[in-house]
Amino acid sequence: MTEPVVDMRGISVEFPGVKALQEVDFRLFPGEVHALMGENGAGKSTLIKALTGVHPLAAGEVRYAGGSVSFGGPAEAQAAGISTVYQEVNLCSNLTVAENILLGREPRKFGRIDGKTMRARAAEMLARIGLHIDPGSVLESHPIAVQQLVAIARAVAVDARVLVLDEPTSSLDVDEVAELFRIIRVLRDEGVAVLFVTHFLEQVYEISDRITVLRNGRLVGEHATATFSRIDLVSAMLGREMGVLEEIERRTGTPGDPLLVAEGLGRKGSVAPFDLEIRSGEVVGLAGLLGSGRTEVARLLFGADKADSGRVLVDGKPVHLRGPRSAIEVGIAFSSEDRKAEGVVADLSVRDNLILAMQAARGWLRPVPRKLADELVAKYMEMLDIRPANPDAVVGTLSGGNQQKVLLARWLVTEPRLLILDEPTRGIDVGAKAQIQKLVADLAAEGMAVVFISAELEEVVRIADRVVVMRDRQKVAELDGGAVGVDDVMALIAGGGGVEKAVAS
Amino acid sequence: MSNSVMSPPAKPSGSSRGLGQVVSKVPSRFLPVIATFVVFVATFGVGSARYEGFASGQVMANLFIDNAFLIVLAVGMTFVILTGGIDLSVGSVVALSTMIAASALQAGWPAWLVVITVLAAGSGLGLAMGWVIHRFGVQPFIVTLAGMFLARGLCFVISVESVSIKNPTFRDVATGTIELPGGVTITYPVVIALVAVIAAVYVLHLTRFGRTVYAVGGSESSARLMGLATTRVKIGVYVISGFCSSLGGLLFSLYMLSGYSLHAVGMELDAIAAVVVGGSLLSGGVGFVIGSVVGVLVLGTIQTLISFEGTLSSWWTKIVIGALLLAFIALQRIIVRRT
Repeated sequence: MTEPVVDMRGISVEFPGVKALQEVDFRLFPGEVHALMGENGAGKSTLIKALTGVHPLAAGEVRYAGGSVSFGGPAEAQAAGISTVYQEVNLCSNLTVAENILLGREPRKFGRIDGKTMRARAAEMLARIGLHIDPGSVLESHPIAVQQLVAIARAVAVDARVLVLDEPTSSLDVDEVAELFRIIRVLRDEGVAVLFVTHFLEQVYEISDRITVLRNGRLVGEHATATFSRIDLVSAMLGREMGVLEEIERRTGTPGDPLLVAEGLGRKGSVAPFDLEIRSGEVVGLAGLLGSGRTEVARLLFGADKADSGRVLVDGKPVHLRGPRSAIEVGIAFSSEDRKAEGVVADLSVRDNLILAMQAARGWLRPVPRKLADELVAKYMEMLDIRPANPDAVVGTLSGGNQQKVLLARWLVTEPRLLILDEPTRGIDVGAKAQIQKLVADLAAEGMAVVFISAELEEVVRIADRVVVMRDRQKVAELDGGAVGVDDVMALIAGGGGVEKAVAS
Repeated sequence: MSNSVMSPPAKPSGSSRGLGQVVSKVPSRFLPVIATFVVFVATFGVGSARYEGFASGQVMANLFIDNAFLIVLAVGMTFVILTGGIDLSVGSVVALSTMIAASALQAGWPAWLVVITVLAAGSGLGLAMGWVIHRFGVQPFIVTLAGMFLARGLCFVISVESVSIKNPTFRDVATGTIELPGGVTITYPVVIALVAVIAAVYVLHLTRFGRTVYAVGGSESSARLMGLATTRVKIGVYVISGFCSSLGGLLFSLYMLSGYSLHAVGMELDAIAAVVVGGSLLSGGVGFVIGSVVGVLVLGTIQTLISFEGTLSSWWTKIVIGALLLAFIALQRIIVRRT
């Protein structure tokens, strides 16, 4: 094999009180796609930032193109040929495609920008990655996926020898991912070294040549993708044997009385009227594609959106859901899919986030005694395995999976009777995922009713007692979870024609 | 998505009804400017239809003559607003500039030195405000509000009385006219204002600084990650606005031939109104200098209309401007939502 273009040896990065990376070795060869895998908080982002000079090294050496380097920041790293594309598109959507690709290094003639040459050169860059759009068009006139590809065009416009893609696929659909991969292959064949971070195992096996696994800031191993099985990869990431995922056996307990009954509940332009019965001690899964009406159903049940037809009965008595407050009063909790915007308070500590919910549930006139608060915080932190196990850690600094757990804990302290979870496992790692699934099963066993929404059909089918299938904003079926398989749900989602692709899986 | 990647992008063809096919082909970012221009032509049309002698070249030229200083202010303000900032100090800086100019001339300074001093003072104040905004991360609104009080206060330190300008050079420039074909005359300040406009268009569209102004307005964090000189630009726009304010102040002192502490009270709001009516978004990143110029002309036309009417109070100008501002902000929202 040739010389590695990037060779990181014994890298350690420390933050106050935390050893984020400990003696990690990492090699990247020209012309390969290298997947960096690990749970949330394993140190993937930290490693990338150590490479691009965002974080200073506590120990170790970064060698690039044969020499020892120490970049002062992403701009310096990029000038040297290491370009990074982030999860969010970091471009200016009000400028043209050409400007976004070449801004900061645009061709100039007598001191002024030469628009013609700039568009021509941008067209070249776009052609190189096979993207045929008008370089003179404004960026925001293109869908997010195309913007993401333009960001890649910018990244490789300087003769990039290393391209770092930090979760570029999380907002893309199947076709868009295929397009991205086609471009990655083009670049790989030109000799660019591609470092690829993702949560999707399928994508890793489709595109990568080698895999490096990190866990808890340490290197677990470096493997050739072809000889590294999925089970081995997952257990390397989790650091434990497979089984947790299968452990959630179907519970045999009989569900209790109907807790919430929706009769002909619907909202024009949002979701067609549907009937739904949720019993206590039961997990009801909501399956469907993005935009099929899954989230809309949840929002109607929670009163976040106002229904314009039908009614909701709780314990057999009709209730008028005027808004989230009245839903919380009858014991309904809704954990939103957008945890950053609608969930946790990122600037407060874990303890404060939990107390906030506790206090809201008790009413403002009855303060929460410190001792009770500490007990409850300790209880939920242990129950949900929130890491770091420090109640004073600021939530914004936790990894995605742990933030999700804090959000869950916030709802659990209010002791709801019906818990609605919208995509609780999206964007979090396999380990946290398994823990949340197990928790849902445990909560149901204790008598709580749970509505579980997820884009991952396997997950819904595995943990739900009943699966409600949504298609085109209509409830199309209700299946018994025990007897149902992923293929059945898929067929229902795809509908009669069966032409639509099941993007959700 | 494969469709949209492989084929040329379909331009959003909003508002093709009513305005016809031509408009549907124009990119939506030009629509506000075109709308401003349509409003300008319409108001001018109304005037031409109602009053004899309104549709003359000289009335049009007078629009420029009477608003030359406001055009210059609007140019500077456009830079600031494009980055998503605001500059409330411009009116006070105009007053301060007239004051410095008038009292320095009274003290016997040569005209060239006065011009340089005034421009340096305005740019310096802009630089100071830009630096504070950047260094301490304070909102531009607050910093330039402070600058506004400071400049207005400094006027009174120089003199509480109105100081008239008797310097022959200033008087010559103020009263001198340029004959254009068709018997239309314009003044030197108009030429200066137009040069400022052309320079601004050049800088904004053909230099790296100008494009970075747009980039910062679009997304500052992205611009920084792209390795652009965001600091220089963020401070630079306030220097430009300060420079334009003091240049506008010089033009204003030529127009009034006096320096007075209570000159140009509230003119910063006229400048902001002109920029917004001209189609720039206050959130930054969208807008054109030409739009701001047309915005000034719209405001000027309304004023002219009211003076032609004779019986109407000049406060009607404010009422119409207020209505126009609302209409334009609503129009921009509609366009933004369509695309």
